[in-house]
Amino acid sequence: MAEAHPVGFQYVVEAKNRGAKIIHVDPRFTRTSALAHSYVPVRAGADIAFLGGVVNYILSNEKDFREYVVAYTNASMIVNEEFRDTEDLDGLFSGYDPELNVYDQASWQYAGQKEMGQEEGEAHADRETASGLEQESHGPPIPADVPRDPTLQDPRCVYQILKRHYARYTPEVVERVCGVPKELFLEVCEAWTANSGRERTTALVYSVGWTQHSVGVQYIRTGAIIQLLLGNMGRPGGGVMALRGHASIQGSTDIPTLFNLLPGYLPMPHHRQHETFRKWVDEIRHPEQKGFWANAESYAVSLLKAYWGDAATRENDWGFGWLPRLTGDHGTYQQVLDMIDGKIKGYFLLGQNPAVGSAHGKAQRLGMANLDWLVVRDLFMIESATFWKDGPEIATGEISTEECRTEVFFMPAASHAEKEGTFTQTQRMLQWREKAVDPPGDCRSELWFFYHLGRRIRAKLAGSGKARDEGLLKLTWDYAMHGDEPSGEDVLREINGYNISDKSPVSGFVDLKDDGSTACGCWIYSGVFKDGVNQAARRKPGHEQDWVAREWGWAWPADRRTLYNRASADPDGRPWSERKKYVWWDFEKKEWTGYDVPDFEKSKPPGYQPPEGATGVDAIAGNDAFIMQGDGKGWLYAPSGLIDGPMPTHYEPAESPVTNPLYAQQANPTRKRYERPDNPDNSDFGDVFPYVFTTSRLTEHHTAGGMSRQLPYLSELQPEMFVEVSPRLAEERGLEHLGWAHIVTSRAAIEARVMITDRLRPLRIDGRTVHQIWMPYHWGSQGVVTGDSANDLIGIVLDPNVLIQESKVGTCDIQPGRRPTGPALIDYVAEYRRRANGNQ
Amino acid sequence: MGTNSLYGPLDPAPDAGYAEPPPRMGFFTDTSVCIGCKACEVACKEWNAVPDDGFDLLGHSYDNTGGLSANSWRHVAFIEQPAPQPSMDALAIAGGAPAHPDFRWLMMSNVCKHCTHAGCLDVCPTGALFRTEFGTVVVQEDVCNGCGYCIPACPYGVIDQRKDDGRAWKCTMCYDRIGDGLTPACAQACPTQSIQYGVLDELRERAAQRVQEVEGARLYGHDENDGVGGDGAFFLLLDEPEVYGLPPDPIVTTKELPAMWKRAGVAGLAMAAAVVVSFLGGRS
Repeated sequence: MAEAHPVGFQYVVEAKNRGAKIIHVDPRFTRTSALAHSYVPVRAGADIAFLGGVVNYILSNEKDFREYVVAYTNASMIVNEEFRDTEDLDGLFSGYDPELNVYDQASWQYAGQKEMGQEEGEAHADRETASGLEQESHGPPIPADVPRDPTLQDPRCVYQILKRHYARYTPEVVERVCGVPKELFLEVCEAWTANSGRERTTALVYSVGWTQHSVGVQYIRTGAIIQLLLGNMGRPGGGVMALRGHASIQGSTDIPTLFNLLPGYLPMPHHRQHETFRKWVDEIRHPEQKGFWANAESYAVSLLKAYWGDAATRENDWGFGWLPRLTGDHGTYQQVLDMIDGKIKGYFLLGQNPAVGSAHGKAQRLGMANLDWLVVRDLFMIESATFWKDGPEIATGEISTEECRTEVFFMPAASHAEKEGTFTQTQRMLQWREKAVDPPGDCRSELWFFYHLGRRIRAKLAGSGKARDEGLLKLTWDYAMHGDEPSGEDVLREINGYNISDKSPVSGFVDLKDDGSTACGCWIYSGVFKDGVNQAARRKPGHEQDWVAREWGWAWPADRRTLYNRASADPDGRPWSERKKYVWWDFEKKEWTGYDVPDFEKSKPPGYQPPEGATGVDAIAGNDAFIMQGDGKGWLYAPSGLIDGPMPTHYEPAESPVTNPLYAQQANPTRKRYERPDNPDNSDFGDVFPYVFTTSRLTEHHTAGGMSRQLPYLSELQPEMFVEVSPRLAEERGLEHLGWAHIVTSRAAIEARVMITDRLRPLRIDGRTVHQIWMPYHWGSQGVVTGDSANDLIGIVLDPNVLIQESKVGTCDIQPGRRPTGPALIDYVAEYRRRANGNQ
Repeated sequence: MGTNSLYGPLDPAPDAGYAEPPPRMGFFTDTSVCIGCKACEVACKEWNAVPDDGFDLLGHSYDNTGGLSANSWRHVAFIEQPAPQPSMDALAIAGGAPAHPDFRWLMMSNVCKHCTHAGCLDVCPTGALFRTEFGTVVVQEDVCNGCGYCIPACPYGVIDQRKDDGRAWKCTMCYDRIGDGLTPACAQACPTQSIQYGVLDELRERAAQRVQEVEGARLYGHDENDGVGGDGAFFLLLDEPEVYGLPPDPIVTTKELPAMWKRAGVAGLAMAAAVVVSFLGGRS
């Protein structure tokens, strides 16, 4: 966190000065470790074993916050008797289909749960479109009468299933799998549990490298399970905090740049699963379901009204037919492979440098070299705009400048100081920023670019008469302008939503209607322009208000600073403790009140029990704190939705020198693979590629380097690509401090200067020594300082739930000296591949 | 020249002739919360338009700046205090890495000390170096003639000559900011308040309390009875000063100036006497 988020780390330092204990778990000793009370070295890729060990510690010592767990989680729910655990099936759950490598999730459901959603091949389709998790966020259909055992004794209740599932994750096993000494591991467990409960809460903070694994979603879920068991969700000082890699990554999922989502987490319709508007909406809202997704039709209709205005009518399903459709996997990695195969002709890159920043750099560059056109919008001339003349494949002869067919259009971009708009940070808080200066020369904002691109395309298509152009031609495309620059504030007004009759802003998503009388660009952001005021621009300093500081910026949904904060009160509505008082039931006024906006219907009493047959919001009981879930409960166990299992299970990374010490199943069986000759994997179990490597960022540089390698003041601080190794590994391989070394995988060989440091240390894993090496991934061929790119080493294998790449762990070899150059480099890597395959 | 003008406790601004100066301003750099982000180095260069200092990988942990120089007025030192390397056998017996690795990564943002008795200023023949009303020491770039006397005069090795222009450069404590009530760029950019700027007396009080709270902490440059009369920029360190590359007991190079002048005076008188004697002798 100190390394990649130094500004946010000030709050950790402040907390430390006020007595908080800081624990840092990381494969390498970083700037964060330097300030932490305890540093826990861990093997990259073994986090579920580590956290599973914490779950086991909590459950076997009964350290869970029982009252919270019974009231607010699904611990007491009884699971279908056909469910079989990894304990029974040696690493697999029941329902596994070995041909498609997916699960039929029917047996995972609660007892008596209506079977639905899972049609033949649906899990496969969900994986292709990264839509498995939509069910979790939208809540799968849960009947009101799931059998429960509040004593948590029934062997088929979630609590007992969880307990059996994690029973083998003992401190000894954690030591064996993760290389974390038992005493150190127990110190973490004791600190975490002792600092949770009525009087205290613990925060779990991770950075997005944690998600970049073939079991990435399950990493986060394991953290969430612990935080639920300890009562750390929905309470001040608790939570699971994702530190995003850029200023507004949260914003770019809320109003997504993702292929499978529309604004506000509404799913992009699938051509087969959502043939009609009704089918699409009902799959989001589940008509018989409880929870706030029940109002999804209002959000969906208002979005379509924002897109198409008067052209969207009830008769034409609000223009649903004009939305694009998913037909399969259109994720970024599939697209790159499709480019190599000549299936994709054009590509827009906006503030992204995949030639350096994405996994399997060579595939990225070869794909981009096989397009008709490529548009790159960036602050600087980045490698993704220049690969055709100076990428590594020029030297090897795999790309020839003369023959490269791609026409590259470089559009200079305005920086964040040169345009107005919002950033949405990890707390879901939108913060407005003013434009400080005009962008230089031809540099323009994204908003300018897309507005005028849309305007010009529409002018070209005008009068086309083709059905496929209708959606584009009927879009509302009118914003208030500052000169030729559209007003960012006007866009924010549309995002907030308005009443169509008089254009007056709505005050929040509860105002949205499904009758076409409201328009809203993103329902979860509704309220950001409440009362016609840009709420995101509020800047009352923290010391002039209470500690929740609600008058700084605006957080979605409905300006709630902590989600699910109903859980900060006990089931009766009283604060769990005076110390952790946050939101509570005012017995006199008969309403929820507190420091934050209650994440609950204001006047629904804690004791409310829904009448028989109630659905939607009415069906949420007074103690259903997790109001977006179909059962109102925090999920320790996911009865459906996750492609790879209802409970996180330790699988080895796709590339590991270790055979899974826990199960016969080596790696995540459902991981998304692209098995093709240009995407080889290191399938040698460590004979040829014996070392584990991981990559991350340095404070001095920004991701793929586009924003830092061009700046002398940053470049001089970390001027060269380097690789960190332990003294022990340096001795083993004959590496010299500051000398050259090259690192090899079955994809690439890259070179780096050697940094020998005690911050990396060998671990003892399952009876043998495992060395880990670390590299930053900031360098490329452009800029003040240049160097090889670490992401070239990485292959394409993805998490099945969200299609994120496994780019934070792999295996490699390291050798002293520089790598071969020219065509010899191809032969060199091929020889490694041949040896690795020979060893299979 | 007043008492202690060259050595010992002193408030430098009034001593330099300011009639009613503002309180002496300073830096307190608390290294126990430094995260080594180098924002101070970058902010300093941005504000003061200091040129880059070369693109060399030095191999000193994450320090690729190397030290304070004409082109680096803040410098973050990184000190890896190594753990004893367990042998493979020991690793096998212990079953992994030691439970509590005896390892520290110390970070410290170094800067010009703005000494109470500043050797650089004392030796400057042109008056380019001067004492500001805030008690800080600043080089006037339009006056400096590049004689370089100040460089060996600094007991900390801070002030330095820029190779391509010959003049001497160092931290000004952002004289062009603090006069307008702004915080110096480095302190403004520091995310963890490791670099604190303020009235020196208040900083000293704060430091005296902080040093009680942090295990193994000690102050450096806070004592007005030290060899430079105390620093305007002082530090809380977690190890001996030498570990950070700081002189353990700096003494202003001009401390002995009065004695030297005395000796020089005596020698001169003796010489004059000898000359007189020789002339007298010649006459005789």
